[in-house]
Amino acid sequence: MELHDRTIHELRDMLEKGETTSRAVTESVLNRIKTVDDKVKAFITVTADAALAQADRADKDRKAGKASPVLGIPVAIKDNMCTTGTRTTCASKILGNFVPPYDATVVARLNGAGSVMPGKVNMDEFAMGSSTENSAFFPTKNPWDLERIPGGSSGGSAAAVAAGECIAALGSDTGGSIRQPAACCGVVGLKPTYGRVSRYGLVAFASSLDQIGPLTKDVTDTAIVMNIISGHDPKDSTSADVPVPDFTRSLIKDVKGMTVGIPKEYFIEGMDPEVDKAVREAVKALERLGAKVVDVSLPHTGYAVATYYILATSEASSNLARYDGVKYGFRAQGAKDLLDMYMKSRSQGFGPEVKRRIMLGTYALSAGYYDAYYKKGQQVRTLIKQDFDEAFKKADVIATPTAPTAAFKIGEKSSDPLQMYLSDIFTISVNLAGIPGISLPCGFTTGNLPIGLQLLGRHFDEGSVLRAAFAYEQATEWHTKRPKL
Amino acid sequence: MKISKQEVEHVAKLARLELAEGEKDKLIDQLSNILTYVETLNGLDTKGVEPTSHVLDIKNVVRDDVSAPGLPQEQALANAPEKAAGHYKVPKIIE
Repeated sequence: MELHDRTIHELRDMLEKGETTSRAVTESVLNRIKTVDDKVKAFITVTADAALAQADRADKDRKAGKASPVLGIPVAIKDNMCTTGTRTTCASKILGNFVPPYDATVVARLNGAGSVMPGKVNMDEFAMGSSTENSAFFPTKNPWDLERIPGGSSGGSAAAVAAGECIAALGSDTGGSIRQPAACCGVVGLKPTYGRVSRYGLVAFASSLDQIGPLTKDVTDTAIVMNIISGHDPKDSTSADVPVPDFTRSLIKDVKGMTVGIPKEYFIEGMDPEVDKAVREAVKALERLGAKVVDVSLPHTGYAVATYYILATSEASSNLARYDGVKYGFRAQGAKDLLDMYMKSRSQGFGPEVKRRIMLGTYALSAGYYDAYYKKGQQVRTLIKQDFDEAFKKADVIATPTAPTAAFKIGEKSSDPLQMYLSDIFTISVNLAGIPGISLPCGFTTGNLPIGLQLLGRHFDEGSVLRAAFAYEQATEWHTKRPKL
Repeated sequence: MKISKQEVEHVAKLARLELAEGEKDKLIDQLSNILTYVETLNGLDTKGVEPTSHVLDIKNVVRDDVSAPGLPQEQALANAPEKAAGHYKVPKIIE
């Protein structure tokens, strides 16, 4: 097995035993990028020289006695997290040349632990989308089938992990943007509890929903990355000041004494029968591993997509008001006055989906419509959150499909925004409720496309989610499969 | 809910977006479809339900009022599309 195909914990063990070096691992990853990225198109920016310098420093630090589970490990960063001196584009023309003067807190924490950054990965522009087709630069392809989407918006992160173009990656999740691409690309992706991970330096889309999390090759790696990026940050007033457990202690091979809830609202008509079957098989496997399985109900599930598209777009219309061509980013030429400069810079700088969402959000917040849309959405959000509160009285984790189908074809849904929005139907409620959720591989379709199992937990109980995910993963072989490229 | 061309133009102005005629027509259709879908929410009785703006019980986060280092001027201006004399430069505002 090539070094680039290995997990963080395998490489950590090899590095600790002196069987390899960070330089060798980093070279393996950079070579892999060189070989396959013209097909996969996961990276917007490759920082090869800086990565090799970080790798050499990691090897030196290890000799000097430094130890960390990610020391010398290449971790790719979604291009909406600020990296000092490396451009951070949000896959948008409006930030095409933006070079941040500071690091996002998650980036600073990874750097502090000695990880290596091979580059910045593609996404839907401003994280708005479910297919990475909305990138202003190019679409990313699914490594399992290059004619299909890798999911989105963290499609570059998921594809890069699946293709071995990095060992792990960070993504962000506002309505499913870590979990749905993880499912599409056959990797593990965790959206932590809202407030668990600092959002400082994450370019804001919808501030009450956005959360950063890991995309990795297995559950153990997710726990390892969570240990590094979690915790209170004075620079993010919405980061929660709660204790952070050692997540690797949740990696227990059974689920004895745990109750798994199955919400009937997540097994709907129109779902791919192969997805339905794979997820039901996974639930049976959890039962064999000692879990008690119970029915739960999340009655407001059918309202989640509508609620999300009011609240997320409203927050986005406000957050994206800052792009005006004054302090940073793109400025249109030939404007006749200041207002004209704002209008032209924004119109030329934003892509169609971003404009559509700004328009929808501005409409929902505008005079006369606020109560009918925004306030109504916030009230339904309360009902959705209460559904989960009730369900978690009966169950420790909830099991659902991550997405109703496996990865769809490039171009299949791009002309109909509403159809695209509905591919997030199983992931969106989780952001509205602020709870943690993981997606992990639970099978393949007859067309050899990965299928994702989603496991949800109570606020700040990533531990139970990781335990159930780990027990299932260790009883199956899905996580060992790699796409042929 | 069918949104009119005048509404699209009004909202675009509020959002500081300049739309081409073709973009307007497309948005009229797409926004109308999305708003019709969103109106399914009207089928829910939410009388007396408290709105949720934020899931965590965090209020009024403050820090001690002490100065801390900020970005040096040169770095703060490094990404400016246009700058002059240590300032951001914009088109003339006052006639």
